[in-house]
Amino acid sequence: MSRGTGPLASPQKLRNYPSYRGGEGMAAWAFHRISGIGVWLFIILHIIDIWLIGVNPELYDYLGQIYSSPPGRVMETLLGAALFYHALNGMRIVVMDFWPALTVYHRQMWRIVWIVFFAIGLPGAYIILKPIWEAVG
Amino acid sequence: MSVQKYSISGRPRPTGSKVDLYVWWAVRLSSLALFVLALAHFTMTHFVFDPGDQSAEWVRQTRWNSVALRALDWGMLMAVLVHGFLGMRTVLQDYVPSRVRSLSLGALYLLALILFVLGTQVVIALPFD
Repeated sequence: MSRGTGPLASPQKLRNYPSYRGGEGMAAWAFHRISGIGVWLFIILHIIDIWLIGVNPELYDYLGQIYSSPPGRVMETLLGAALFYHALNGMRIVVMDFWPALTVYHRQMWRIVWIVFFAIGLPGAYIILKPIWEAVG
Repeated sequence: MSVQKYSISGRPRPTGSKVDLYVWWAVRLSSLALFVLALAHFTMTHFVFDPGDQSAEWVRQTRWNSVALRALDWGMLMAVLVHGFLGMRTVLQDYVPSRVRSLSLGALYLLALILFVLGTQVVIALPFD
């Protein structure tokens, strides 16, 4: 592919892609991509920190203290949100890829994604963040 | 006529390149494994146990004190490398200008190889207590 033919080459090109026409499909796609890149960045850090258990356990334990500090817990909550959204919306994509007839229900499936996301995610966030105010109170 | 790159659901099954088709399948099959493995992993490390309690010693003595648990985590590592790095391949192909595309993909695969070596090393070489 030569330069200038990519999906972001020009506004004219952008209009050729249904994902860029706005609405739930585009938002679902954009969140999927952003959350995927975010989780990927954490995975790089996470494989390196687990490697430290073998070569420098003291540094691993120090990182663990950062992860379990109040700012670390906020980051963990964001990581969990990115991972959970990516997992739920990913299953929505897989369902539509293998049963294309269900694509007509893509908006409804996206709403189900959000219902499950908040129904499980909010109690999950509470469990992760609880030690912050327990330490304060 | 150009081949549609995105559909309403995401990326349609590639029809042109065999490599792209294999990548498409690898991303989707690894996603099924990760839906279970990664969410179970997050549940274990954040809800069942607290990150503040999982010291290096605890991982050595408890979490990784069996070959089966290490093998399971290594399997998750493989799935996550396949899924994450092939996903990033798609992202780079979408946004990186063609003159540096090969270079950026080479750097991406090199990073995947380094993480494969580091992750595999610690799973195998960490002594059992």
